[in-house]
Amino acid sequence: MTMEKRSSAFEYAPAPESRSVVDIAPSYGLFIDGEFTEAADGRVFKTVSPSTEEVLSEVARAGAEDVDRAVRAARTAFVKWSALPGSERAKYLFRIARIIQERSRELAVLETLDNGKPIKETRDADLPLVAAHFFYYAGWADKLDHAGFGADPRPLGVAGQVIPWNFPLLMLAWKIAPALATGNTVVLKPAETTPLSALFFADICRQAGLPRGVVNILPGYGDAGAALVEHPDVNKVAFTGSTAVGKAIARQVAGSHKKVTLELGGKGANIVFDDAPVDQAVEGIVSGIFFNQGQVCCAGSRLLVQESIQDELLDSLKRRLSTLRLGDPLDKNTDIGAINSAEQLSRITSLVEQGESEGAERWSPACELPSSGYWFAPTLFTNVTQAHTIARDEIFGPVLSVLSFRTPDEAVAKANNSQYGLSAGIWSEKGSRILAVAGKLRAGVIWSNTFNKFDPTSPFGGYKESGFGREGGRHGLEAYLDV
Amino acid sequence: MSEKSERTARLSVFKTYKLYVGGKFPRSESGRVYEVTDSKGNWLANAPLASRKDARDAVVAARKAFGGWSGATAYNRGQVLYRVAEMLEGRREQFVREVADAEGLSKSKAAAVVDAAVDRWVWYAGWTDKIAQVVGGANPVAGPFFNLSTPEPTGVVTVLAPQDSSFLGLVSVIAPVIATGNTVVVIASERSPLPALSLGEVLATSDLPGGVVNVLTGRTAEIAAPLASHQDVNAIDLAGADAELARELEVAAADNLKRVVRPQAVDHWETPGIERLTAFLETKTVWHPTGALGAAGSSY
Repeated sequence: MTMEKRSSAFEYAPAPESRSVVDIAPSYGLFIDGEFTEAADGRVFKTVSPSTEEVLSEVARAGAEDVDRAVRAARTAFVKWSALPGSERAKYLFRIARIIQERSRELAVLETLDNGKPIKETRDADLPLVAAHFFYYAGWADKLDHAGFGADPRPLGVAGQVIPWNFPLLMLAWKIAPALATGNTVVLKPAETTPLSALFFADICRQAGLPRGVVNILPGYGDAGAALVEHPDVNKVAFTGSTAVGKAIARQVAGSHKKVTLELGGKGANIVFDDAPVDQAVEGIVSGIFFNQGQVCCAGSRLLVQESIQDELLDSLKRRLSTLRLGDPLDKNTDIGAINSAEQLSRITSLVEQGESEGAERWSPACELPSSGYWFAPTLFTNVTQAHTIARDEIFGPVLSVLSFRTPDEAVAKANNSQYGLSAGIWSEKGSRILAVAGKLRAGVIWSNTFNKFDPTSPFGGYKESGFGREGGRHGLEAYLDV
Repeated sequence: MSEKSERTARLSVFKTYKLYVGGKFPRSESGRVYEVTDSKGNWLANAPLASRKDARDAVVAARKAFGGWSGATAYNRGQVLYRVAEMLEGRREQFVREVADAEGLSKSKAAAVVDAAVDRWVWYAGWTDKIAQVVGGANPVAGPFFNLSTPEPTGVVTVLAPQDSSFLGLVSVIAPVIATGNTVVVIASERSPLPALSLGEVLATSDLPGGVVNVLTGRTAEIAAPLASHQDVNAIDLAGADAELARELEVAAADNLKRVVRPQAVDHWETPGIERLTAFLETKTVWHPTGALGAAGSSY
């Protein structure tokens, strides 16, 4: 079958999700002490839909003065919030979880509009996980005595949290749910390209009757994030984002008493052994690197395939990539959405060009890119060595680097040959081999015969320069307790 | 004094105190030493004044030892740590003397310190095969997966031993690091380095593989700087740093995102909690599909 025939065999009629379920206001303020307010210096910025470049709304841009105001509100709120019985804090969080479930269709559409990822993902992955995360940590709020951190573990105080744009609402949930459950109050800065779902979350806090000042949301840029991290009255810093910024934060807090957790970059190895179920592995490779356009810190961006099955696997993989549908993120059939921003698109483009100039072989399926918005075709590179930039640096885009190996030891050595240590995948039908390899990989999350699975009960976080601390599960409580 | 007693007043044999690196006892590659005195200023020994090169050599040794030590069974590590306690008990008198000299303590106080240090090895020996159950476990994920979180050692850990508690403090900061399978480069108390160097001799005869513990002596700030910025060191315990040095080292440690334990007031006489064990552990979570039994009883 030719490529053309195959793609026409998979043609689908458009099935767009309705935009009318979400009402985006023309402008939003900062959410401080329970109220929406303008920035002290009156600055604003526009947030656009990456798939169309349409301006969605104009949002107040927080500066250092606003950070100070928000931290003071959170400090004031901390007194009463931390003194509440855990069972009462729990009920607020349960309320939030339920309201998120009720409004999940609206929030999924909103997130897809602001982020550019397919509605299929926001609807089936982001939103269910967001609600589940609040539901999970709600249950911990009155059980902290039994969490293994001693009797009556105390909260830290005001948590300053800075989150990325790849899973805006999910990262908010990962940060806010454990912080509130343990009795802390929060000042959270969403990413500048995806502020909207966090602002809708502020409305959910209002609906849930959350006391004012317990959650404060400050849309803004890196300067606001830095001001938050540096604020002397912040007791806890939680950051998800790039390793470079993570290192800057680690330097900023040096010598202070601030507790820090960092969830940073990755260059996950997806290792396929010759006895792997090839069709399942292909699906796992695709989900590993093309889920959310590869803009995932735990993406399986390095495919390590055993030499004896390399050709067969790559044929299947290329065939599968030819069936991926790229386009309107609101279309329920869309597999690949838009890249989040022009800036990210240019970063991906320049790394891919570097891959070519360093001698790796680039391949993409026939794929028409929409004329407006930020798009990048699913891409894979063969003839990649460990020395290539595309095998070492995090690309954070839909770009897979394929390397091969002969023995399990070589696979482990290559997988571990990275400054990062966040995720890895193992594909094999042999249980003992899976366990042996999993034991030797220096990575915080390992998927065997699956990839990119997340759950609120399951601790997530990296080794080495992928950061420190864990989010999720009982482990995730520690970051917000004075233990 | 009679001629006879003059003959019997035997001149003692001094010990040359040497570093403990990679299971061997080298002098500092720099050829430098510094004078160590007791609390009254009397000369005790010339201790090695370790250099940056010694620090880097120690990291190489610690990295080399990491695979074997972290891969050893927890039971085996427990037995080795217990063996350290046994060896120390046997050399109790020597350590009582050295601690008394180093810290200006009475013999009975120094004996209490040494006893507590021996008991600390026993406490941590028992932890090696228990900590994984306490901090790890199965996670009840919402899907057909078996999901298990287990703690693993962080890697090579640099430790600045407490300055004021040259022996009990030292043992209290290195035993938890190696109990879980890390390897360590420790900088001994600058003023009172001799008990640490003697501990190296105990470790060398305790079935502890060479390189698991490496002991350096000298100027804490001088040795700590290259270790804090070393790209093959995974974590640093700043127990023996003052506030200013701790801040500088924490900044340097950010270059490769070392795990950092900041200096804090610790009463080493208290039974320690598990904080120093967990500070140098990573959590690895592995997902396995479980499949499901179908209605007809077939497995996935």
